[in-house]
Amino acid sequence: MARDSTGYTVGFAALVCVICGIGVAGAAVSLAPRQAENKVLDQQKQVLLVAGLLKPDQAATPDEIKALFDKNIRPELIDLKTGTPAKGVEIKGFDQRRAQKDPATSTKAPDNAAKVFRLPNNALVYHVLKDGKTDMLILPIEGYGLWSVLYGYLALDDDATTVKGITFYQHAETPGLGGEVDNPKWKAGWAGRKIYDDKGKVALSVIKGQAGPAQSAPHRVDGLSGATITSNGVTNTIQFWFGPSGFGPYLKHFLKSQGRS
Amino acid sequence: MDKQTKGVLFDPLFNNNPIALQVLGICSALAVTTKLETALVMSIALTVVTAFSNLAISLIRNYIPNSIRIIVQLTVIASLVIVTDQVLKAFVFEVSKQLSVFVGLIITNCIVMGRAEAYAMANKPGMSFLDGIGNGLGYSMVLLGIGFFRELFGSGKLFGVEILATTNDGGWYFSNGLMLMPPSAFFLIGIIIWILRTAKPAQIEKE
Repeated sequence: MARDSTGYTVGFAALVCVICGIGVAGAAVSLAPRQAENKVLDQQKQVLLVAGLLKPDQAATPDEIKALFDKNIRPELIDLKTGTPAKGVEIKGFDQRRAQKDPATSTKAPDNAAKVFRLPNNALVYHVLKDGKTDMLILPIEGYGLWSVLYGYLALDDDATTVKGITFYQHAETPGLGGEVDNPKWKAGWAGRKIYDDKGKVALSVIKGQAGPAQSAPHRVDGLSGATITSNGVTNTIQFWFGPSGFGPYLKHFLKSQGRS
Repeated sequence: MDKQTKGVLFDPLFNNNPIALQVLGICSALAVTTKLETALVMSIALTVVTAFSNLAISLIRNYIPNSIRIIVQLTVIASLVIVTDQVLKAFVFEVSKQLSVFVGLIITNCIVMGRAEAYAMANKPGMSFLDGIGNGLGYSMVLLGIGFFRELFGSGKLFGVEILATTNDGGWYFSNGLMLMPPSAFFLIGIIIWILRTAKPAQIEKE
């Protein structure tokens, strides 16, 4: 058959597709378990980082991370709306980002400045344990900055208002400006600030300029210079996730269960 | 190594550099060079993809129907890129997170298809493979050069290791924010092309 006949062309195209398809599918399937493991490991590492159990420049093997995580952290799956422990959902293999996208396991979020469009029915929170009791809570947060959604974790003291640490593990803000949300110095400035004011309203915000020490300015955090929109995005993120649509109900429930109402 | 092999492998470095002379693959050169680490991984990924796509296409060059040759080339390239992306996700997860979409965008990198169409379609597999490596190296050289200057002057680091202590971390070096933005890569590529064409006047286009 001639090389440029229609039959040959169609046959050749089909053959190329089949061979390439087998190659791609083979790679995807054979590497999938390793990739899933990496993803879980990365999440555990982020949690350990924000809990301060792992230093940012500390090299840790996968086994060390796993051991550290299993020893100190207790994950809990909650019902976001009521704040009570989740019912009928397995914590093993739960993927909050996927649950958030699936209409069956999420609801439309109320209008908010953080531009969170959907809320998952269940959320995965982490307890950092000390002598078997919850010493710190780690909550997943996300919100829109200038270019991208910032995904991160916030660590709270067991009084459910004092910030212990914050980290953003995924974002695409401008390096050097909004990207400074990764700057360890800026992140350190969050420790000791308080999310809620005396009346229980979310009061914490990222301001323009310097906020001063946590004792005198408990509800303010240093702004990122040259990154007003990213700074505002972080404020909106905090306002939303610690409000009534976010972790508000859960934190109330948590305080009650600790006997501090 | 005979003269022709040497030429195929090393010409793309200075005499026929894909970025500086052919002006291909500029967009990824802007996007992934804020840090040396991402630039290095991107360079390796592109070199591997170019080499193997050249090899595969050269192997089947006598069987490809002329009317669909570009589509066939793209199918092969796209498959290789997806496999590369999967491998990166499995073995260097941190870096693949930073490279994000840019690995996938190797598919549209003109260097890969340019070499497949211009070289692999007309040459033997072995030579085509070397041509792919050579062009990959030419690309890598420029990328690493740009990455070096951008990371050093933009964040005072090289491969994440602090070289110049920046004022943000309490040091003395006031970092150059422009270096972290894509336009700086344009300036740097311009300077590289200028230097290269001053040294090798034969590369200057005729008016």
